[in-house]
Amino acid sequence: MKHGSSFTTRFLAVFILLPLLSAGQSFLDYSQISGNFEADAAYYLTDSKLGITQTTLDGRYFRAQGFADLTYSLKNFSAGMRFEAYLPPLLGYDMQYQGLGVPYWWAKYKNDLIEVTAGNFYEQFGNGMAFRTYQDWTLGFDNSLRGLRVKVNPWGGVTFTGVLGVQRNYWIPWTNNNRGIVKGIDADFYLNDLIKSMSASKWQLSFGGNFVSDYQKGKEKDLPIDTLLYKLSMPENVACYSGRINLTYSGFNLYSEYAYKINDPSAMNGWIYHPGSGLLIGASYSRQNLGITAKTKWLDNMSYKSDRTVTSNQLDINFLPPVTVEHTYFLPSMYPYATQPNGEVGFSGQVMYTIPRKTKLGGKYGMSIAVNFAQVNSIRKTQISDTIPLNKPGTLGYKTSFFSVGDVVYFQDANVEITKKFSKSLKGIFTYYHLAYNKDVIEGHGKQYGTVYSNIGVADITYFINPTYTLRGELQGLWTRQDNGNWLAGLLEFTISPKWFFSVSDQWNFGNPDKSQQIHYYNVNVAFVYNTTRISLAYGRQRAGIICVGGVCRYVPQSTGFTLTVTSSF
Amino acid sequence: MKRTLLCIILCLAGMIASSQNATLTRNTVPSVDIKDIKGNPFNTKEISNDGKPFIISFWATWCKPCINELTTIADLYDDWQEETGVVIYAVSIDDARSSNQVGPFISGKGWTYKILLDPNGDFKRAMNVNLIPQTFVVDGNGVIVWQHTSYAQGNELELIDVVRKVKAGQPIDTK
Repeated sequence: MKHGSSFTTRFLAVFILLPLLSAGQSFLDYSQISGNFEADAAYYLTDSKLGITQTTLDGRYFRAQGFADLTYSLKNFSAGMRFEAYLPPLLGYDMQYQGLGVPYWWAKYKNDLIEVTAGNFYEQFGNGMAFRTYQDWTLGFDNSLRGLRVKVNPWGGVTFTGVLGVQRNYWIPWTNNNRGIVKGIDADFYLNDLIKSMSASKWQLSFGGNFVSDYQKGKEKDLPIDTLLYKLSMPENVACYSGRINLTYSGFNLYSEYAYKINDPSAMNGWIYHPGSGLLIGASYSRQNLGITAKTKWLDNMSYKSDRTVTSNQLDINFLPPVTVEHTYFLPSMYPYATQPNGEVGFSGQVMYTIPRKTKLGGKYGMSIAVNFAQVNSIRKTQISDTIPLNKPGTLGYKTSFFSVGDVVYFQDANVEITKKFSKSLKGIFTYYHLAYNKDVIEGHGKQYGTVYSNIGVADITYFINPTYTLRGELQGLWTRQDNGNWLAGLLEFTISPKWFFSVSDQWNFGNPDKSQQIHYYNVNVAFVYNTTRISLAYGRQRAGIICVGGVCRYVPQSTGFTLTVTSSF
Repeated sequence: MKRTLLCIILCLAGMIASSQNATLTRNTVPSVDIKDIKGNPFNTKEISNDGKPFIISFWATWCKPCINELTTIADLYDDWQEETGVVIYAVSIDDARSSNQVGPFISGKGWTYKILLDPNGDFKRAMNVNLIPQTFVVDGNGVIVWQHTSYAQGNELELIDVVRKVKAGQPIDTK
């Protein structure tokens, strides 16, 4: 049993069971229970083609993980918990997850004026550039804050939020200040609710600001620099603050957030004292059948974690939203972008248009077109003096000017997508992508691979056999002279609404310069859905790759075997 | 300690089991502070449809089956509204990366649903949504009467059938 669980159980006993027992009749009338769960199990097989042996699997063929979320509510009161077990975690998840327990439990009281949460909570200030806690099961990410949150709505259109707590770090209990204490306060104003005369205005304006602070014990840090051992003095309190604005006029929208972080030497930035800052600006225009967006982002040394020694995906206090689009088809998702918190500048633009039905170009059913472009570069960093090399630990590290654009391209993505319904029974989505992926920077390899330039085409065709039987096929090709060379992929999916899903797929690395690596990653999948319950069984090979959500990524090694996933909610 | 935990689990399981029918039909839409399509504050208590049934559908701009479902329904939506008066609230769980793109996205697609933004998944968690798309039918009193996860072409027929039954006050036969 993990530390803290006795408190957890007592807490739950008091907050969940007591109201149930004492409330009697009103409990029956007003209490609500809901929940959801997931179980993922995998049986891995050895596969000589992929180099997977008993040794690489460490003898652990069977792996399973799962969670159960329960929420109880009685009028303004609610409480909940999530049980998690990883015995052991599936391949690609951090082994530090191995174990089981209740990492997430909370009780909340909410009325129109105030909301108080005790226990774990997820919260985001603005776009999250100074503070965001969230959970993503697929990504294996959870940085929930355990402590206290208070939200107050003194007047319509005004919200104050205060948070205090320590972050989840796998199953490691918080003791002796082994990680920071996070505090934050946010104020949000929505003028159209606050000022009566503005309530019907075409202009809509909201703005807000926040101040976040992380206290991590330890005034000094021993660090070897140039063969000498230095004692670096550390800021025990690291402050980060941000301001934001969101302005709408009819179909136009403009939003922006600026964040600043004081000096915060850490393993992430190589122990330099450079302060951090970041700016996000987005603009969009929409009208019926047309949507246009443009975004830019500049980041300088904005990694913010509640443990300065951590470099992996854990204990993040803030979230740095990428400007690039997430791709989901097999091959385009092979080269996803991961945010570079130490410095990046990005631009992106997107136009979506639906050519109305019954026009010359649109045909009988209309046609949708989406064009998207994104590029991310380094920021310009120069030496602080002639004698001090760039990024030298214990110094300011480098000089940069606000919104400077460096020469190194980290990522580039240009894509066009056309969605067209040809007849009552035939529909297609056709996409072309050009990606430039700086493998060294994005995957952190030093100077090994350089940039991978790829051209990718995807045709996704759906044929409606009858109202409940549907056949869908995908054909994908990826061409590149770098990395593992060319790929072909195909998928066939047959669905019987509403219950059955069958699919077979293959990804073939036919262009791999090493002939022995021209591998087929095949997969067979059956899923059954009954209302909110989904049971899915798959057999096949998983290609090694990177799974990203919101620019946060994890590496998944290749594997062969069976996987079973069961999810349900009620 | 272990006994306490066991007791809680058994009690909860017992409660769920004993109140299965009641719970399944009685849960209402929780009150959660999220954002409207313009990025301004919105409380989910305000989701309603003048005493008529409505649909809540969780989706995201990166979710292909979700877009498939909403595109298919978009062609039928006028007819559905005329027949049953149903309204669809499409709740996007896009995070800060793409939540500001949702407005232009739905305009670009020509959809006319009511759109809400749930950038940190608060409403998603409160509604116990694990996988998207997940679709709920809520009756005129705000009670969740039916929910379904995943989308296969043709599911929309079952969805509108449920709405028709809810509107007519008939029991929902979930075979």
